[in-house]
Amino acid sequence: MSNEKINAKNITEDEYFYGHKACAGCGGSVAVRLALKVLGKRTFSVLPAGCMSAVGFIYPQMAFSTNAMIAPFPATGAMISGVAAGAKALGIKDFHAVGIAGDGGTADIGFQALSGAIDRGDNIIYICYDNEAYMNTGIQKSGLTPYGTKTTTSPAGENLPGSIRQKKNMFEIVAAHDIDYAATCSIGYPNDFLNKLKKAKKIKGTSYIHVYASCPTGWGSPTNTSIDLAKKAVDCGLWYLAEYENGEFKLNKNPKKFISVKDYLLNQGRFKHLKEEDINVIIKNRDKKWEKIRKNWL
Amino acid sequence: MSNNKCFVSGDEAVALGARLARPNVISAYPITPQTIVVERLSEFVEDGSLEAEFMHVESEHSAMSAAMGVSSVGARAFTATSSQGLLHMSEGLHYASGARFPIVMMNANRALAVPWSIYGDQSDSMSQLNSGWIQVYVEDAQEALDMTIQAYKIAEDGNVLTPFMVNLDGFILTHTYELLNLPNQEEVDEFLPKYETENKMDLENPKSLCFSSTPLDNLEFKYQQHMAMINSKEVIEKVDKDYGDKFGRYYGGLIEEYKCDDASVLLVTVGSVTGTARVVVDNMRSEGIKVGLVKLRYMRPFPEEKIIELSKNVDKIGVIDKNISHGYEGTVFTHINSALSKMNNSPKAINFIGGMGGRDISKEDIKEIFKSLLTTNEDKEKTVQFIGMGCEIDE
Repeated sequence: MSNEKINAKNITEDEYFYGHKACAGCGGSVAVRLALKVLGKRTFSVLPAGCMSAVGFIYPQMAFSTNAMIAPFPATGAMISGVAAGAKALGIKDFHAVGIAGDGGTADIGFQALSGAIDRGDNIIYICYDNEAYMNTGIQKSGLTPYGTKTTTSPAGENLPGSIRQKKNMFEIVAAHDIDYAATCSIGYPNDFLNKLKKAKKIKGTSYIHVYASCPTGWGSPTNTSIDLAKKAVDCGLWYLAEYENGEFKLNKNPKKFISVKDYLLNQGRFKHLKEEDINVIIKNRDKKWEKIRKNWL
Repeated sequence: MSNNKCFVSGDEAVALGARLARPNVISAYPITPQTIVVERLSEFVEDGSLEAEFMHVESEHSAMSAAMGVSSVGARAFTATSSQGLLHMSEGLHYASGARFPIVMMNANRALAVPWSIYGDQSDSMSQLNSGWIQVYVEDAQEALDMTIQAYKIAEDGNVLTPFMVNLDGFILTHTYELLNLPNQEEVDEFLPKYETENKMDLENPKSLCFSSTPLDNLEFKYQQHMAMINSKEVIEKVDKDYGDKFGRYYGGLIEEYKCDDASVLLVTVGSVTGTARVVVDNMRSEGIKVGLVKLRYMRPFPEEKIIELSKNVDKIGVIDKNISHGYEGTVFTHINSALSKMNNSPKAINFIGGMGGRDISKEDIKEIFKSLLTTNEDKEKTVQFIGMGCEIDE
């Protein structure tokens, strides 16, 4: 593999996730499509119950042209580890084993199996596409749903602003395992995402890629703003692009000035109810987080 | 055939059997009384006597999921569990059979909490009969070893492709040392060649596995799975014969009849209690009492035809169950009765519930069972009876 950065000009024309039934503007399907373009033909993918498996494996219409299978919901980390172990034991060479799960499948029900896989140092890549709720079952709160989000199980009303907890900090939790490589990405910054995947391909050990992926259906946003919203999330500081490698954190993008949080939030149905005071809570938490990031990761 | 003698526990017999079957990957999580199986296997991997990957998984759910990952690329997987662990992987049991992954798993039969108990009964595996796994129950360590090898031969058969659970009674078998014959590796390799399948992900011929279905095709997949289990009956009988021809030990296939000819009453047993019942049958036979024993080896596939055939000329059948479906009856009994209901004139069957949570079923208990079966007292006789009860019960 060359050292050349992957970009829109040199990325393969081959499609490995095609003909699926995802909603218009689905960020998760963009993440899967791009990821497989980087990982290539010799890839085994395991996806748990969730949007991408629901839209990609409806017999007899299979949307993956690489090897792929659905895992039990809690089992992505374990099943992809088994694939890697089995392939290794059979002497299969030059392949990638990738687990691709949503935020609930990663941070909640699949958390234990992911932790086990990282602990073993299995030679796998784990991608979490994070759309901040259980979208496949109809927009319920997950461990990665941020403060102030209206979901069907965290309704916003007179007493509550929607979800009252911060996102679980998966990136640093994963890093705390002393994982070989971890990175945060956004489909709004595709070059960054593609090249982090390229890096993960070369890692001998476990890689974790956490990609922010918008969901028009769950977020109440126009389908043609998905990429833009995922970019804005980074630009307003509610998401960040970083890496963990060789025991060190590294911030990849340090915005001099954040764009408006309010503008990012209020263009989405899930946040439309937020009052000024709720938005101030979100900004305060963002600033606290960035103070730590800038102090420790630069 | 050339056999080496060794003196090992039931757990070790399973580990030795697994080693002879050359699994590519072992994924397992410790639980009493299964633990020694995976301890020994990890030692075999460490000392190089077993060329396999040993995966330290963080739960039984992951043990089964990893085993499915292994099988999905056409490699041979082994795991082992017990009791709470078996229930924890229950989702995976159904998943593996639906995906037609011929995984082999040892299960140390143990009671289910609550109350907590590490001791043996068969509540765990009997609760998983609908998970689509072949289930064999062994009587001793030798059979445990032999069945671990046979398990792969049966499970991987192209007409079967169904996962296989080898059940050993907790402690009574898992921790009891016995002298057994260890087959040599070359002969096992001849008997059990490498696993070859088209039901795998393949880099040259990519596939999607474990996909979804719609109401238009789900039933057809489940029908195929049902037929595979039915096909396994013939394969089980053939493998039992082939194994016996090669290694000198035959187990009778789906069931073993013990002194059933001319018997007026039969007792059906599952697992280690069979050994005790054999002695009682011998003793009673020496007194001229016509009692017989049916060792029910497989609960899935269920040998319905054999049960019907054996029941044609008997007056009564007793069934020992080391499990109970609360408020009803033992699971083995339900199955036997279902078979008997397909006969024109079926004998009466009585269910004896005992041996729960590790309680012993003694020779005296079994003698009492036979005595009660031989006594005609139709009016007063309860269909479900508890044996070895430690207190008076007022039903």
